[in-house]
Amino acid sequence: MWDYTKLVVLGVIAVLAAIATNYAHDLAYQVNALVVMLAAGLTFMWTLRTMDEPKRATPNEYMDGVVRAGVIATTFWGVVGFLVGVWIAFQLAFPALNFEWAQGILNFGRLRPLHTSAVIFAFGGNALIMSSFYIVQRTSAVRLWGGNLAWFVFWGWQLMIVLAATSYVLGGTQSKEYAETVWYIDWWIVVVWLSFLAVFMGTLINRKEPHIYVANWFLLAFIVTIAMLHVGNNLAIPVSIFSSQSVQVTAGVQDAMIQWWYGHNAVGFFLTAGFLGMMYYFIPKQAERPVFSYKLSIIHFWALIFLYIWAGPHHLHYTALPDWASTLGMTFSIMLWMPSWGGMINGLMTLSGAWDKLRTDPIIRMMVVSVGFYGMSTFEGPMMSIKAVNSLSHYTDWTIGHVHSGALGWNGMITFGALYFLTPRLWNREGLYSLKLVSWHFWLATIGIVLYASSMWVTGIMEGLMWREVDANGFLVNAFADTVAAKFPMYVVRGLGGAMFLTGALIMAYNLWMTVRAQPARAPVNANNFVPAE
Amino acid sequence: METYSFLREFADSWALVALTMIFVGVVIWAFRPGSKPMHDAAAASIFRHDTKPAGDADRAPASSQPARNQKEA
Repeated sequence: MWDYTKLVVLGVIAVLAAIATNYAHDLAYQVNALVVMLAAGLTFMWTLRTMDEPKRATPNEYMDGVVRAGVIATTFWGVVGFLVGVWIAFQLAFPALNFEWAQGILNFGRLRPLHTSAVIFAFGGNALIMSSFYIVQRTSAVRLWGGNLAWFVFWGWQLMIVLAATSYVLGGTQSKEYAETVWYIDWWIVVVWLSFLAVFMGTLINRKEPHIYVANWFLLAFIVTIAMLHVGNNLAIPVSIFSSQSVQVTAGVQDAMIQWWYGHNAVGFFLTAGFLGMMYYFIPKQAERPVFSYKLSIIHFWALIFLYIWAGPHHLHYTALPDWASTLGMTFSIMLWMPSWGGMINGLMTLSGAWDKLRTDPIIRMMVVSVGFYGMSTFEGPMMSIKAVNSLSHYTDWTIGHVHSGALGWNGMITFGALYFLTPRLWNREGLYSLKLVSWHFWLATIGIVLYASSMWVTGIMEGLMWREVDANGFLVNAFADTVAAKFPMYVVRGLGGAMFLTGALIMAYNLWMTVRAQPARAPVNANNFVPAE
Repeated sequence: METYSFLREFADSWALVALTMIFVGVVIWAFRPGSKPMHDAAAASIFRHDTKPAGDADRAPASSQPARNQKEA
């Protein structure tokens, strides 16, 4: 019966999407409607063809198929996102790469949100969903709640990514940084995200372990807060049901404040709390010793939760925002130093007594460097939120350097570590295909990040100083174009750093592929081990 | 008093005190005497049930021995 309901719903969606394609006001909407029609049609076909297969109830196995799919998706979107990033870095260095024939589709302005969304929401999002599903099962000792709902979350998220990507390059955007997706994609994200929350909560409620392990606290905070932020920031009224355009409910400084309340907490809860959940599981597992101090992890959690949500106004120093609000944002950002460093110390000290693993285990090395970058960028961030520093750093490339030392160093490296950790386990293989390639990946990525961050520091500070330079009569010395010309060498170095990071990711993709293809299977641990999919 | 001024004053007085007290309470609760065994058990929970969910029989943490032998990561 449930299958028939699904068929009816999918059929109706496909027909409605076809109608929407016909009536579309703009190209981005039209292409998105086509994508929805195809997705609904394909799912319809798949449901129809698998209807008569017997359903297996397997409560005594973990649901790992969806985690395996997450490993593949994370790797794939990672490579795509890094590739677009390298491309737009070179577009900035060599503007001729904004080809005339591709204007309005593949120029920097269209590709930039594609890059940010691909790395944050496609690569990072898939990494977080995959880790959440893996970690919550292992630490609750039960199978994921909700049956195929986890698969709905996975495929729903991939559909969101494809919709967002096709929308961006055709000009669909609501002009909010890191929240460019237009109104109907925002609605779809709400549906998928609440399903994600349901799967996660349901599994926690079913748990057989008495305690909720700290990683789950961070992951749950990430899921709940992102739901709240996403809804708050995307309150908009569509101009037509057949158009991708919408009007924000709030305007002016209120809208700006809500945007950066969202924007900073996307960093705080998506890229920090969620990835800290990964840190608190994968580092102790890979080091084979429990976390350094469980008490410290509790304090880390609550301090982060209490402080982060207030830090957003530091994005709006010296604007129409009231002074008290921006001072508040600055103060809370500086207070964040403590929990961030508490967490970093907790992650690093987990290795105490096992530091020798750094020499032999490149995966641990990756995770440690990731925590190091977490500490570095959470030191840099509060410093940049101080008004005096911000007056120099804001609107310059320093901000971009800061974001990338956090995103490539912290989020990227911990995700690579998690992928190397998960792949042999999920496919039941005897270790990774090649540790030597992991070392190559490690060094390429690390040197790439160093090149990226240092070139952006130089160009950012130079830019900030050039902008404020005045002559004896009080006139500005430099035109904007002078700063652009002066940045050229640093832009090339930045592009090279990005290319090294991308090369490392390609090596990882090859290594993971060969781990599944060529590594011998481990001796079966139980009858369920060779079930490739659920 | 208009809503804005009221909320503004409430936020930086009572709400601030309440949130700070909750946080201090959490810290005290984490450090309460006798919490160590519980925290150790929680911290070690990642090393149990690596390959398969707990059956209805083995709810207690101590019964993780068979699972250990089956899978060495």
